[in-house]
Amino acid sequence: MHDEVRETIELLLEREQSEGYDPFGFRPKILEQVLPVAHFLYRHWFRVEPHGLENVPDGRLLLIANHSGQLPFDGMMIGTALVLDRRPPRVVRGMVERWVPTLPFVSQFFARAGQVVGTPANARALLEREELLMVFPEGARGISKTFDRRYQLEEFGLGFMRLALETNTPIVPIGVVGAEEQLPSFYNAKGLARLFGMPSVPVSPTLVLPLPVKYRIYFGEPLHFEGDPDDEDRVIRERVDTVTAAIRALLDRGLRERTGIFS
Amino acid sequence: MAPRKSPPTLLLTGISSRLGRMIARSLHTEYRVIGVDPRGGVHMPRDVTVHALDLRRRKAEDIFRRNRIDAVIHLPPEAPAAQTMDDHRNASVVGTQKVLDYCQKHDIPKVVILSTAAVYGPRPDNPQFLTEEAPLLAGTRHHLMRDLVETDMYATSFFWRHPEVDTVVLRPVHLVGRLNNAASQYLRLPRTPTILGFDPMMQIISSEDLITALTRSLKPGIRGVFNVAGPPPLPLSELVRRARHTNLPLPEPLVRAMLAVKIGGGTAAVSAMQVEYLKFVCMVDDSRARDTLRYTPRLDVAQTLAPISR
Repeated sequence: MHDEVRETIELLLEREQSEGYDPFGFRPKILEQVLPVAHFLYRHWFRVEPHGLENVPDGRLLLIANHSGQLPFDGMMIGTALVLDRRPPRVVRGMVERWVPTLPFVSQFFARAGQVVGTPANARALLEREELLMVFPEGARGISKTFDRRYQLEEFGLGFMRLALETNTPIVPIGVVGAEEQLPSFYNAKGLARLFGMPSVPVSPTLVLPLPVKYRIYFGEPLHFEGDPDDEDRVIRERVDTVTAAIRALLDRGLRERTGIFS
Repeated sequence: MAPRKSPPTLLLTGISSRLGRMIARSLHTEYRVIGVDPRGGVHMPRDVTVHALDLRRRKAEDIFRRNRIDAVIHLPPEAPAAQTMDDHRNASVVGTQKVLDYCQKHDIPKVVILSTAAVYGPRPDNPQFLTEEAPLLAGTRHHLMRDLVETDMYATSFFWRHPEVDTVVLRPVHLVGRLNNAASQYLRLPRTPTILGFDPMMQIISSEDLITALTRSLKPGIRGVFNVAGPPPLPLSELVRRARHTNLPLPEPLVRAMLAVKIGGGTAAVSAMQVEYLKFVCMVDDSRARDTLRYTPRLDVAQTLAPISR
């Protein structure tokens, strides 16, 4: 195991109960299996460059990011950045689809890795435990969009804003630059996707192996919102637009700063 | 508090079950305990009177008529191995209806019904912790579960219909101890079959902690539905490991077959511990019990598992 990985795991296990499980079934010790792989992808494959990690405070927090690249390496790399490059490291909790618990082994693995079933009650419970929750409000529409629409944001869902207002949680906007080019998809075979019950079937020359593009992850300053979580959509939408604009700005900055897709 | 002439009277149904005897033993110094159980009283403290009666018999009402009862604790019958579907429905659902009718008719100020958190049903899309408002979705498939749900629903609707009676419905998580309920029988197996590829988080509770919650529910003014949980949850495999038993992950059909033989001797009673509970979460949020009943579990996981550990 790489020294950096070993050291990080020791730091994390010190903070969490190393032998234990949290009430959601997360077992910090699983990082011994997961982190070496994530470390390779982070340092050597995608050569991730994180910016603004100091904007990620302690305590309850929502990470809101753009979603792209056909396969969710963007989520994995955001999580890895917060573990490998933030001190002290923070574990990111994510939400999975409601049918994931029906999958043998997969369900078990996700639970141990800290992923919870995406229900509003679970999201609230995690934030009340002062956890760090990652949400992609573009959902499947974002990750499966075709190459011609790269770095365009799909419409954001409103759920995360209601959640933030209800639990009084700050939001850190995140712009991920690079993931859009990892698996360029030229056509989304929606009919085929429906047939197999999958969110999308991307038609891509690189198949499932992502290109070794360079990732740049921009963590924006925390945004604080106040208001009635049950307000009508129009009012909530205005606040969501603030977050969308922040992410848009981070993406524009990243696109300006990069010299090429692989460098 | 002013000195009392005589202790309050408590009627305990199902007193001859193991749990019933434990409750009687822990409450008979504070209450005058009267028991009802078709099996009659065995190994009871001397000051406990037991009527060998079925609750559905007319004579059961005489107990309510002849005693000034201050509180009733109703333990719906466990599922004995050889019962038919109708027998069980009758004993559990009709028995509960009778008890609640008598309580209302004879102005009993307090009744506590022991239900179970299993009534919520294990489901893949369950939130990790279900509150008391969650729908009762167990038991669409098996009559024993259906009866549990029906009993619970009858009790909760009685709570709404009769504000004059302080009705408490307790929904404890899997009860583990020297008991004959399905969860205890299952976790007592030295080689415990679990379902390959699944390892849900699970909550267990000891009879001691459950009795504490029951005792707190008897306090005047307490009414409502309460989830009751024990120590923090653990994955099923970890519970098996901490009971110092061997985890035996097997394909689901095999587990079904094995449990049918090992629990309940091949009869239908197995399904009280339906295999779905070994696949998906069915856990509860017990904050209402913690706030209102001022209940906190005292035993940790090791202590809770001790009676069934190797």
